[in-house]
Amino acid sequence: MTMTTKGGSVPTPKVDLQGVIKRFGDLQVLNGIDLQISSGEVCCLIGPSGSGKSTLLRMVNGLLLTDEGRVYVDGTLMGFREEGNDLIGITSPQLARQRRNIGMVFQRFNLFPHLTALDNVTIGPIKLLQMNRKKAENKAQELLAQVGLSARASYYPNELSGGQQQRIAIARALAMDPSVMLFDEPTSALDPELVGEVLSVIKSLAADGMTMLVVTHEISFAREVADTVVFMDQGKIVEKGPPEQILTRPQSGRTQDFLARATEAR
Amino acid sequence: MTADIQESVQTGQTDKRKPPPRGKMTYVAIAVVTIGLLGLAQDVVTNPNFGWRVVAQYVFSGYILKGLTLTIALTVLVMLLGTLGGLVIAMMRISNSVFLKIVANCYINLFRGIPLLIQVLFWFNIAALFPNIRIGIPFGPTFSELDTNMLVTPFIAAVIALTLNEIAYMAEIIRGGLLGVDSGQYEAAEALGMPPRMTLNVILPQAIRIIIPPTANQLITTFKNTALVSVIGLADLLHSAQIVYAINYQTIPLLITASLWYLLLSSLLNWLQSVLEKRYSKGFQPRTNRRKPSTDKTPEETLV
Ligand SMILES: Nc1ncnc2c1ncn2[C@@H]1O[C@H](COP(=O)(O)OP(=O)(O)O)[C@@H](O)[C@H]1O
Ligand SMILES: [Mg+2]
Repeated sequence: MTMTTKGGSVPTPKVDLQGVIKRFGDLQVLNGIDLQISSGEVCCLIGPSGSGKSTLLRMVNGLLLTDEGRVYVDGTLMGFREEGNDLIGITSPQLARQRRNIGMVFQRFNLFPHLTALDNVTIGPIKLLQMNRKKAENKAQELLAQVGLSARASYYPNELSGGQQQRIAIARALAMDPSVMLFDEPTSALDPELVGEVLSVIKSLAADGMTMLVVTHEISFAREVADTVVFMDQGKIVEKGPPEQILTRPQSGRTQDFLARATEAR
Repeated sequence: MTADIQESVQTGQTDKRKPPPRGKMTYVAIAVVTIGLLGLAQDVVTNPNFGWRVVAQYVFSGYILKGLTLTIALTVLVMLLGTLGGLVIAMMRISNSVFLKIVANCYINLFRGIPLLIQVLFWFNIAALFPNIRIGIPFGPTFSELDTNMLVTPFIAAVIALTLNEIAYMAEIIRGGLLGVDSGQYEAAEALGMPPRMTLNVILPQAIRIIIPPTANQLITTFKNTALVSVIGLADLLHSAQIVYAINYQTIPLLITASLWYLLLSSLLNWLQSVLEKRYSKGFQPRTNRRKPSTDKTPEETLV
């Protein structure tokens, strides 16, 4: 895989959020988000609980649709078809197709419990990309090796530790050959001693040049792998910039408070 | 390491363990129940009115077996149609159309709220309501008209009544199963890019685990409920027994004959339920024949 030079001239961003607004009933959860992520960029999203980080992530792959504003991934408008100035919702199968090149990893892993680790990884390529079983299984074995779990192919999720399950979940997402990977607090549900093994898989993806949006509370991880850190509060982006700037010399008082509490908790 | 612990536990277990002594009341209760059961057993064996000889004579008779066959056929048919229809109503209830939801709710309330016996009688007498059945387009042209009494035989009436009722119960069971699956599973399937129908393919096997126990209960209930069709003269197991005792006046022995079959098949279904439950718990309980369902790492798994 190729490394994209950071800060190089990138014409169209991989992920492009323009004035995104999301409401749940009367509650406005995202208040106009503008965010661009370029190819090969690792963007870490931090912020207090309830600030809308998970909601933002779900808008990127169309699990939730915008009430106002637009989300583009690889230049494709998510969830809608543009007709003049109007946006017309696309059908569920069309939306499902849009999601196929966006990988997502959840806080609670969400592996399919009735399938083995191998079948969890092959189900996407076989059912959605019409790949033949042999080829899909070879590829799945490669991915399991990449996350260090070759020996666990025939295990069911409940026979694996949380860290192992999360690594299988990463392999499942990678099996679709995504152009962007989304992570929603991938280590928050893990025992402390299992956090490292998951973070190191994500780090190696970053080194391979994968474009990633990672919601995390692991400040030192963000400092190490992020190209950009975004601090969110109350449905707004408060600041964004390179990790040294946001994590070391934050401008906003809210960012300072959050970081003080986050590092205190360590 | 775990092996060491197990070994030390096993070798340390040289002393005998005994349960704590029972209280006095337990002994009294055991004595009372034993005496009661013995008395009952004596009566069952010696009281000639049980008519065990008559039971033995009829239990495998062609007439009773024919009734049994009809009861089983009715149960299977109603269960199959009821499950399919139940799936449809369940999908309507969890759909995002308010109209479909309301229709499904009304259906379920209607068919669960009226005694099944009345529903059976109603469908048997449907000709009084609609003497003719018109096949055509609502408010539009008619293609053909049929005499209701010809079309709705007692068997058809029984199937319709039991199935419509079954659909209402199965819809609730299936819906419970679908809602019982963790919402993260729907999200994971959707995030992979699965269209709704394929998402259902991932969710259903998980829902089945939740659906099986109540469905097995429902199957047993339906099997016994088929006895209601005896009121419309359909020769099921119960009605066949009734026809025989109407002739030979051996009421109790023939009711026992029918009950023995009901009991035998219910027990069989109970057993089947436990087998199915085991089969579908795959991936939900650790397999016992596994080498190491633990977090220990082989060197290859340790990441740098
Ligand atoms: N499906 C939903 N329906 C209603 N409110 C929701 C829903 N999802 C999230 N919210 C609300 O939106 C806000 C932001 O939630 P979330 O994006 O999960 O925050 P974060 O991930 O930063 O903790 C919270 O107040 C939460 O209660
Ligand atoms: Mg969250």
